[in-house]
Amino acid sequence: MKLKWWKILGIVLVLYSIIAGLLMPVPKLNILNETIRNLYFHVTMWFSMIILMLMSLIQSIRYLSSFDKLRDLKAESLASTGMFIATLGLTTGMVWAQFTWGAFWVNDPKLNGAAVTMLIYLAYFILRNSIENEDTRARVSAIYNILAFVMMIVFIGILPRMTDSLHPGNGGNPGFGNYDLDSNMRMVFYPAVIGWILLGSWIAQLSYRIKVLEINKENN
Amino acid sequence: MAQDVEMADVMRSNGKIYVVVAVIAILFIGLMIYLIRIDKKVQKLEE
Repeated sequence: MKLKWWKILGIVLVLYSIIAGLLMPVPKLNILNETIRNLYFHVTMWFSMIILMLMSLIQSIRYLSSFDKLRDLKAESLASTGMFIATLGLTTGMVWAQFTWGAFWVNDPKLNGAAVTMLIYLAYFILRNSIENEDTRARVSAIYNILAFVMMIVFIGILPRMTDSLHPGNGGNPGFGNYDLDSNMRMVFYPAVIGWILLGSWIAQLSYRIKVLEINKENN
Repeated sequence: MAQDVEMADVMRSNGKIYVVVAVIAILFIGLMIYLIRIDKKVQKLEE
């Protein structure tokens, strides 16, 4: 079975996070109750998205220095997987919000920032589709990818911390990292993040390999 | 009081939480098997 070690590790870590995530003890907090366990899944999705988008950014930068088309394809695959994971993060967040805040959506900087970030990355794909010429498409979208990443950092990392927010970790609320995320939770959370990053990378890699196969088929 | 925060202690005490865990684990493993199969198919096509 020619399956890379890191793929198997991804499966093992996520499986562990599912089992331990539901069974191991967590802090007892009002409003959250057991939903604090969503940390292992909802928050994990966003961390994974950021890493995948970072990997996509790196491929875009590498493309611009080499004009190797394969790097552009990798950037695209990583960004699309990142978008998919972001969608999962968004929907799980909305479900969580409905139960803890009483509404699927609130007018909150973090939530709005996440939505705007997703729109910015959506524009990356629309941009790609709008350019016929392969080289131009790769070049322009690589440059756009750099901008998109910076915007993402601003909208979900910087702005929400500067104003009032309902979301944990922003607007003066203690983040889960401060005192709620006790060492019990860290034991599940960190492996979960690594596991999902690995699984996300695997899915992106498959998407890339299929794109390459399609291109080779077209050229033959 | 920590004890006053409602948690899913009932599910834990009657063991039903393990059913939930088992179901989710089975779903996840099933999806992973699917992913592995796709990977193998792509590998085959790449040769």
